[in-house]
Amino acid sequence: MRSHHDMGGEPAGPVARTEHDYVLWEKRVDALLVLLSRKDRRLMTVDELRRNIESLGAEAYDKMTYYERWIHSISQTLIQRGVISIDELGRRMTQVEQRHEKGEL
Amino acid sequence: MTDEELKPHFTPGQHVRVRWATPPGHVRTPWYIRGHRGVVERLCGAYPNPEELAYARSGKPRQPLYRVRFAQREVWPDYAGTPADTVDLEIYQHWLEPAEDSNP
Repeated sequence: MRSHHDMGGEPAGPVARTEHDYVLWEKRVDALLVLLSRKDRRLMTVDELRRNIESLGAEAYDKMTYYERWIHSISQTLIQRGVISIDELGRRMTQVEQRHEKGEL
Repeated sequence: MTDEELKPHFTPGQHVRVRWATPPGHVRTPWYIRGHRGVVERLCGAYPNPEELAYARSGKPRQPLYRVRFAQREVWPDYAGTPADTVDLEIYQHWLEPAEDSNP
């Protein structure tokens, strides 16, 4: 069965040829992958990035933006490799949300 | 074959067919080209197998990678351009098998 992401040749709308600036968090996600995959760390490969993006359900794949898919995939890869745990990630996300609500971010 | 790198099986000009296979998991051979026939344009080198790298393994032995040229009309039955139009894809050796050049 064809994977959802493998859509070459499928019907699609016109390509939007407009440029846009990246926001800060998107640049951070990009930097994160560069740092994780550096030769002196090798904590993930771009192939793992792709695999975990391709594993998204069709609906999530279409709904998420480019770097949303990246951060989803990076966190999945780091959990799979045992670099971080789900519990650790969940607790940290809650902390960050709380700081955001208090206006600290 | 060595432990590190597989020997190239194909040479430029040779007719090949992309294997029809549908393994679940990360592969680099697009769905639309599977089962189609093309001609080896060049050997690009040998690289760790991305299907293995995607699961945090070494990817060794390195797989030869080819640039394969396909006629657009062969790939897309309703292609409206000229018969000379082609599409080139880079495909790893384990996705290719020899094909006859007389049976388009």
